[in-house]
Amino acid sequence: MLKGRAFKFGDNISTDDIAPGRWFHLRSNLPELAKHLLEDVHPGFTSGVRPGDFIVAGKNFGLGSSREHAAVIIKMAGVAAILARSAARIFFRNAINVGLPVLICDTDKINDGDELEVDLEGRKVKDITNGAELSIGKFPEVMLKILDEGGLVPYIKKYKDFEIP
Amino acid sequence: MGKTLSEKILSQKSGSDARAGDIVVAQVDLAFVQDGTGPLALRQLAESGIEGVADPKQVAFFLDHASPSPNRELSQDHALLRHFALKNGVQLWDIGEGVCHQLVVESYASPGEVIVGADSHTVTAGALAAFATGMGSTDVAIAIALGRTWLRVPESFRVVLRGKFKKGVYAKDLILHLIGKLGADGATYKALEFCGRGVTGMGMSERFTIANMAVEAGAKVGLFPADETTRAYLESRGRGERFRLLRPDPDANYEETIEVDLEGLEPTVSMPHAVDNIVLAKELKGEKVEQVFIGTCTNGRLEDLAVAARILKGKRRHPSVRLLVAPASRGVLMEAMAAGYVKDLLEAGAAILPPGCGPCVGIHQGVLGDGERCLSTANRNFRGRMGNPEGFIYLGSPATAAATAIAGEIIDPREMM
Repeated sequence: MLKGRAFKFGDNISTDDIAPGRWFHLRSNLPELAKHLLEDVHPGFTSGVRPGDFIVAGKNFGLGSSREHAAVIIKMAGVAAILARSAARIFFRNAINVGLPVLICDTDKINDGDELEVDLEGRKVKDITNGAELSIGKFPEVMLKILDEGGLVPYIKKYKDFEIP
Repeated sequence: MGKTLSEKILSQKSGSDARAGDIVVAQVDLAFVQDGTGPLALRQLAESGIEGVADPKQVAFFLDHASPSPNRELSQDHALLRHFALKNGVQLWDIGEGVCHQLVVESYASPGEVIVGADSHTVTAGALAAFATGMGSTDVAIAIALGRTWLRVPESFRVVLRGKFKKGVYAKDLILHLIGKLGADGATYKALEFCGRGVTGMGMSERFTIANMAVEAGAKVGLFPADETTRAYLESRGRGERFRLLRPDPDANYEETIEVDLEGLEPTVSMPHAVDNIVLAKELKGEKVEQVFIGTCTNGRLEDLAVAARILKGKRRHPSVRLLVAPASRGVLMEAMAAGYVKDLLEAGAAILPPGCGPCVGIHQGVLGDGERCLSTANRNFRGRMGNPEGFIYLGSPATAAATAIAGEIIDPREMM
């Protein structure tokens, strides 16, 4: 069971918003890049967020560039999971590959600052602040396994190949 | 039930009867990274404990985003990629060679292949009937290590193109129109498959422009059938023997069919800060710009420079507009020089940048100032994309860009033709 606060964002948060291109030269210095996480859409996000908090977004979270650094620095900030109405394809895969859950649910019912409880196994979100209960969409089996191992690198270390029936 | 192009290619590459919704493990014909995603891929590869690469001939590195390097950090990243490539026998396309996607279509992609690149615009090669899709660094690192990747077989949208473009209207106008219609997430996880008489009449350069932007509607891949135009292109690039006819089965299953009459289209522009925020160019008349950029994997090919040069020849950029041109590859630049386009562009006041991504990604070579507006032939206009969150990016065709550079404000290019 995960517990934390909601940081609410709108629709179409791009990977340029998450990891701005002007900090391209910091991609091999992730702790420095992480200081600029979401700075154009939510100034002060990195100083406000605490380990275990959630990013709660509208539709098409993570659209645009394939830069995996976007998912990496969200994880480095301590964000436990991203909850969104929908996520862009490449970002979704990148997040799972670095061990960051992206949970598809009806985030309209969650307000900024709400206390949330996320039950990954039971695929349920409870908004403690307003009592709303949401169900989480299904993952493909292979992604669940990758997530269980903490990402694609530990998965490959363990299985040496893709374990798909 | 017949198969879509995606189902056909992924069936062959996975050795199974692949249908939309299935998860398959497919052989990868080319896995590539660029300088923005490659260093992380190499660190992940080292972390995974797998030594070396599955087959160096099926791997390529491209130094195109920061080309040439503007600072110490990126020079170190470039050095890391060069060192790994040399040690493992991987071909590295160094600075000045061009944008990865242009080099992939010039030198690698063929019908029926699976291509994964750590760059979202990898979809460009779908124009050659290759299942080409963008992924992150770790996915591509593992594809480099194993020569395989896992894929969910996408459902497909069939996009039927009818008729011909009117004068002054181009492939870019069509794809912007289509993204406006679908929305920035309208095709998420789906394949876009283009077909119809409109496709038959289209050259490869136009198909590349369209496939390149499939991802801006969220699509996993943007596929064209392999036909005589594909064959002629591959022959011209010295790999005619890798051509094979590839088209979807007539009874393939499509989730949706979208029809577009090319004759009904007009010069189209995407407004800040979303690609699906489209409007006709003529509706923006009077909107001043400080910069025009012609280039990128979307519209930096010879045909694009030809269109721009024809409009700009004998004219001058507006005194308050900076005109930047970055050919998509060294080959494009050389052909544009031979054809006289570079001279026309220089005489019109253009600054010619080295082949590569140029200012598209916001690293260097044309970062916008606060409040400045740029009409670009690129594929993205997200806030901050060109290096400044206080800048404004409009997307249009090379014709719209050239006409805008002369007028100093966004204009329907037909007024200058």
